Amino acid sequence: MTDLLTRRAVVAGMGVLGLGLLAGCNPARGLEFKYGKNMSNEILGRKFRLKDTQGNERTLSSFYGSMPMIFFGFTQCPAVCPTAMARAAQIRKLLRGRDRDLFQVVLITLDPERDTPEVLDAYVKAFDPSFTALTGTPEEIAEVAKEFRVFYEKVPAGDTYTISHSSTSYVYDTRGTLRLSLGHSLTAKECAEDLVTLMEIC
Amino acid sequence: MAVSLQPIKRGLAALAMMGLALPALAQTTVSDAWVRASVPHQQSTGAFMTLTADSDSKLLSVASPIAKTVQVHEMSMKGDVMSMREVKAVELPAGKPVTLDPNGYHVMLMGLTQQVKEGEQVPLTLTIEDAKGARQTLEVQAPVRPLGAEAGHDHAHMH
Repeated sequence: MTDLLTRRAVVAGMGVLGLGLLAGCNPARGLEFKYGKNMSNEILGRKFRLKDTQGNERTLSSFYGSMPMIFFGFTQCPAVCPTAMARAAQIRKLLRGRDRDLFQVVLITLDPERDTPEVLDAYVKAFDPSFTALTGTPEEIAEVAKEFRVFYEKVPAGDTYTISHSSTSYVYDTRGTLRLSLGHSLTAKECAEDLVTLMEIC
Repeated sequence: MAVSLQPIKRGLAALAMMGLALPALAQTTVSDAWVRASVPHQQSTGAFMTLTADSDSKLLSVASPIAKTVQVHEMSMKGDVMSMREVKAVELPAGKPVTLDPNGYHVMLMGLTQQVKEGEQVPLTLTIEDAKGARQTLEVQAPVRPLGAEAGHDHAHMH
């Protein structure tokens, strides 16, 4: 009897939780991040339309139900990008259970000419098999960068080039609302703490 | 000369001492050198290390058979924008360890001739010049660490 009641309560609880998910996250009221910046009042990256490494078209709505952390980089970047990728992998490890399942790392390449889907896929998956990368034509990438207000520019290096670029990561909630930006200098632990704050309201 | 009359043993000892003394004219030591692994068809990666010169010197260049172009770059942050630029030389003040890591100076291996795999050794040739203009080349075998490896051994160190 008690068992049954408990089970009923759990089922009811799950129903409420489900409704909560459908209704989206609670308003950002009281959403206080310790390290990152609350971006709830900013509108960024709503309209991008890019391809994943399998050639499937992806928009922000493709990530509904998960919490994407989107940042920009390129695979020929030896220093900052691997550090950012390694930090993302560490953040995922620090998150537990459902939080970990919600967290979706998305790298958008700023170097679509050299970052073929094959290189991109191998690159992000070397850090964590759950990571995703997006690419497009140089024009599409330029458009997306503009939408995110991401600065990038090619810098000649020998007979090739490297790219200077913004290094901030953007986190969306499960309904595709921008919530949080995380600077490059924050540690994985600091980022994970802020992500848990966000995940608590979602 | 007196030396030629000395017993062979003492002559050998003197030679050994000369052997020790010679490189000490401009000695630079390399520690904790490593190269970041690459994925297939990735065209560049980075090499990292700590250099300590015993007299004021500078690192002029690095070469490696696995890359067509090798440059020393400096990473800098302006706001949230990270920039790279090639530097002509890295100053190595006497006795002060200078770290080439992902957050500052680092060696760019560009135009890789092969995939760099974890566990391999990458040969690097460093050209170092002391204050008097004497050049020294150092051969380093840098082990390859995973793509996701961080600088140094201290995982908590990010700042």
